[in-house]
Amino acid sequence: MANSETNQNDLAVRGESEFLPDGWELICGLEVHTELKTRTKLFCGCANVFGAQANTNVCPTCLGLPGSLPVLNEKALEIAAMIGLALSARVQASIFHRKNYFYPDMPKDFQISQYDIPLNADGHLMLPSGKRIGIERAHVEEDTGKITHLGGTSGRIHGAERALIDYNRSGVPLVEIVSRPDIASPEEAREYVSELRSTLVAIGASDGKMEEGSLRVDANVSVRPIGETPFRTRCEIKNLNSLRSLVRAITFEAHRQVAAYLAGEKVTQQTRHWDESVGRTVALRNKEEAEDYRYFPEPDLVPLRPSEEWIEGLRSQLGELPKERRARLVESLGLTETNDQIETAISVELYPFVRPALAAGLDPKITVARCANELASLAPLDDGFEISWFIELLKMEIEGKVSATQAKSILAEVAKNLIPPRVAQERLGLSQLTDDQLTKTINEAISQNPKEWERFRTGEAQLQGFFVGKIMKATSGKADGKAVVRILLALAEQR
Amino acid sequence: MSEMNNMSAFEIAESVNNQKVTATSVVEKSLAIAEALNSKLNAFLALDRDGALRAAARVDSIIASGGSPGRLAGVPIALKDNMCKVGLPTTCGSKILQGWIPPYDATVTKLLESEGAIIVGKTNLDEFAMGSSTENSAYGPTLNPVDLTRVPGGSSGGSASSVAAGIVPIALGSDTGGSIRQPASLCGVVGVKPTYGRVSRYGLVAFASSLDQIGPFSSTVMDSALTLEVIAGFDPKDSTSYEEQMGSLSAQKGLSIEGLRVGIVTEFVEGSDPEVVSALRDAADALASLGADVTEISIPETKLGLSAYYLIAPAEASSNLARFDGVRFGLRVEGSNIEETNVLTRTKGFGAEVKRRIMLGTYALSSGYYDAYYAKAQQVRTLIKSGFERAYQQVDVLISPVSPTTAFKLGEKSLDPLTMYLSDVCTIPSNLAGHPAMSMPYALDSEGLPIGVQILAPALREDLMFRLAFALEGSSRGAPSLDASIKEAINHG
Amino acid sequence: MEIFGFRISDMSSRISPKEVAHVAMLARLSLTDEEAELYASQLSSVLDHASDIESLDIHDLEVTAHPLGLVNRTRSDSVVSGLSQAEALSQAPDEAQGMFSVPPVLGEPS
Ligand SMILES: [Mg+2]
Ligand SMILES: [Zn+2]
Repeated sequence: MANSETNQNDLAVRGESEFLPDGWELICGLEVHTELKTRTKLFCGCANVFGAQANTNVCPTCLGLPGSLPVLNEKALEIAAMIGLALSARVQASIFHRKNYFYPDMPKDFQISQYDIPLNADGHLMLPSGKRIGIERAHVEEDTGKITHLGGTSGRIHGAERALIDYNRSGVPLVEIVSRPDIASPEEAREYVSELRSTLVAIGASDGKMEEGSLRVDANVSVRPIGETPFRTRCEIKNLNSLRSLVRAITFEAHRQVAAYLAGEKVTQQTRHWDESVGRTVALRNKEEAEDYRYFPEPDLVPLRPSEEWIEGLRSQLGELPKERRARLVESLGLTETNDQIETAISVELYPFVRPALAAGLDPKITVARCANELASLAPLDDGFEISWFIELLKMEIEGKVSATQAKSILAEVAKNLIPPRVAQERLGLSQLTDDQLTKTINEAISQNPKEWERFRTGEAQLQGFFVGKIMKATSGKADGKAVVRILLALAEQR
Repeated sequence: MSEMNNMSAFEIAESVNNQKVTATSVVEKSLAIAEALNSKLNAFLALDRDGALRAAARVDSIIASGGSPGRLAGVPIALKDNMCKVGLPTTCGSKILQGWIPPYDATVTKLLESEGAIIVGKTNLDEFAMGSSTENSAYGPTLNPVDLTRVPGGSSGGSASSVAAGIVPIALGSDTGGSIRQPASLCGVVGVKPTYGRVSRYGLVAFASSLDQIGPFSSTVMDSALTLEVIAGFDPKDSTSYEEQMGSLSAQKGLSIEGLRVGIVTEFVEGSDPEVVSALRDAADALASLGADVTEISIPETKLGLSAYYLIAPAEASSNLARFDGVRFGLRVEGSNIEETNVLTRTKGFGAEVKRRIMLGTYALSSGYYDAYYAKAQQVRTLIKSGFERAYQQVDVLISPVSPTTAFKLGEKSLDPLTMYLSDVCTIPSNLAGHPAMSMPYALDSEGLPIGVQILAPALREDLMFRLAFALEGSSRGAPSLDASIKEAINHG
Repeated sequence: MEIFGFRISDMSSRISPKEVAHVAMLARLSLTDEEAELYASQLSSVLDHASDIESLDIHDLEVTAHPLGLVNRTRSDSVVSGLSQAEALSQAPDEAQGMFSVPPVLGEPS
């Protein structure tokens, strides 16, 4: 075993679907934990925020003090069910269980989770590639606190001298989404997590920030010779906190297992940790005993029996999911498939701007482009940035009242100062020149360049650009190019 | 005994509200008796002289300024030491919680204080409420004030003993399998276990979450009625608490029981001592003479109660008690790593009975045994509930012995756990069904030891239960005389 | 022995001292060999007693989740002030940097 592990060090990380040696296939299922965007924790009224001073968002319940009791957050329940609906799962009657094991980041030394009867069961997620990934379940549970390992090497658990615990995260609501082992390549795993993340963000369930730990992925990986039916031993990889890690870790682990089998060794079922710095999975130092979580129904909580009305009410709040948004934009743009601009424009931050602009009949190409490029570069947008301003500015650009370049600077000014585009335009001195003012400037240009004007007047159309350039220079770019051309042509007719 | 010491809570509140006595003098007297008796009884683990007198002064000043401090104005009350009050230690009778001062109040604490009650101290109990004799306390046993060689019952032995000795007119206990009713019976006081969900469990250190209920001890039925009216009610902090208001209990006093159908539970009579059975028969006769229609009724399912209870309660306890790990509060015996710290702390901090139940419960939940034990026991609850429901189609309330025996000697049953467990055989089924039940002092045995009668009612029918209790109180000969040395200490106190 | 109509076997060995030791390990308790023996016999007699329900054929019977059948208890998602850092740490056996301080953790939970 040790041998085959060391041999994996120089394995190429490829990630295309046929990445394993001939005749082998990957079987992968993912467990995605997402923190829910609620104001308070799952079972107490403490604030659910990231980054507060240690142990300041705590109370008797989330510290697990003797005598404290949990009461379920209704918003967390709603969001959890919406996740189920977004994943086409069955939202069903369910109960909470206690998962019993000792660990110092878990104040009660049990986790309130769901076990054999989860809130959401049997769903699926369609990937942009068209592949359908089954979702076994999506259940509600509480997060643990956070341990800082002191001493030893760089905050790692191994060799530490002391552990410090902050319970601010203890009791934060999580939904654990368990896929079926339908994922056949590292790239598909990436696609799945990415699409799932968009979905969670789109319905407002999560902020999707993997780097802050609000989305955490564990991967169950096994391999088998193509054609073999039963599953072989799987390993669970923890600590996949970026899409890059996810792809690399699954690739590494699958190769490690194939190499082990090819070397005539066994793969042992174990939990492994992805070490990003060395690019390999390592077996965790587990306690020797086999875990026995002694699940039993949480007696401090009562069963959940969601009513049809409640479920339908949530369904109506769901809004368009990423796949529907994508389809709408692909169609509007007259394309057959999605592209990078579309993928950006359907995000939860930007889509609220795209949707009304299209509904107002504005040009889809300009709308999507301004959203995916300029607006995206200004994100995160302040709450005071009004959607109507964006629409107004798009109209100004489409009607030729401002140039594309001007529109971009106006947009930046609007976002910076939270002022309407007309005001921004004034402030930037980009107000439209009147026809009279333009005519005056054009006449000046004509008198300064009589030869060129004569050639243009008598039919050398290519000199139009020459004059437009002169006018633009003279007006420091404030002139509307279309208006300049209109006036030039009119003057040429007259003379 | 002084006159004040004989006053019921009802009378104290009335006298304090009418300015016949001050809350301060009532509380002062209660503290004086407590201090005089505690070295003999070990009923209190903590007395809060300063806090109680401060609270009493507050009540007096509210009255002096024409205000109304509430229905329990100036009434000294003791809390079983598994209920939280800010500033007072909560030990649960365990070394593992020695010195722990909760940063929050239990809901019952808040409710009592909001009606002007004065919490004078915390009472002794079997460690984490696991036991039927209060011998399992890490701080030594509580004695029965009727006979100091005997146990007060348990696990709320300190509360029962303090009310029986006249230290406080009211004390709160918790009842998971009979822990209020059995000590009430053994000490000769009233003890009530309400319907599960009637009283908030927030701030009660959990033993078995699905069975635990808080309830009152008192000398009179009226005082328990009054207390339960104050502490009952929906609590948004307890998901298992019940929304609908309880009807008035004190209004049941004096109501006729003519035509009320009363059933004697055959199974609970079967194994009880003859003197206990004969007290029950007397009570039945008294009820019949008041016009009740008394019959015998068999509920065979209740025989399964003990087995189900001794799987469910330890299972839940094993999980509830996991948090005592030396990390955030209470005892820590530090080892070289956290795992070792957990083990050293728990091994040192828990007593033998607690360890026994943690292991039993851990076993009942462990893989391979869950279905046979825990899951099966939960189904038995359904059986027992339907057994009671069938009985309640024929009768309105049930009566039975509380405990098969009167107070036993210290050490008598502590060798064989199962023998001790059997003393809860009549009380456990009500916890499993979630139904209300109470213990009424009714008679004395040939040695002068109290014998209680249990009244059981359908879920949420505390009103019926109290109507019968008020009616039975008139014929009760259950008030015991206190141990001579206790009497003497009171007179000198 | 028979108490209260229940048969109690002194010779029972439903759970062995070895199993008791395993259970103690799950529960983070350490036992001496003598304690394991004693607990094994005591737990066995309780489990013996439970054989009455073990043998019941009640496969389809529902469990009683809450005696009054309460369901769907929730609270609104509004922040309630909890404990200050000082209050949270006031009962801690050891603290450092505003956190609960404990000896090192050996392994990860699996
Ligand atoms: Mg989980
Ligand atoms: Zn909290």
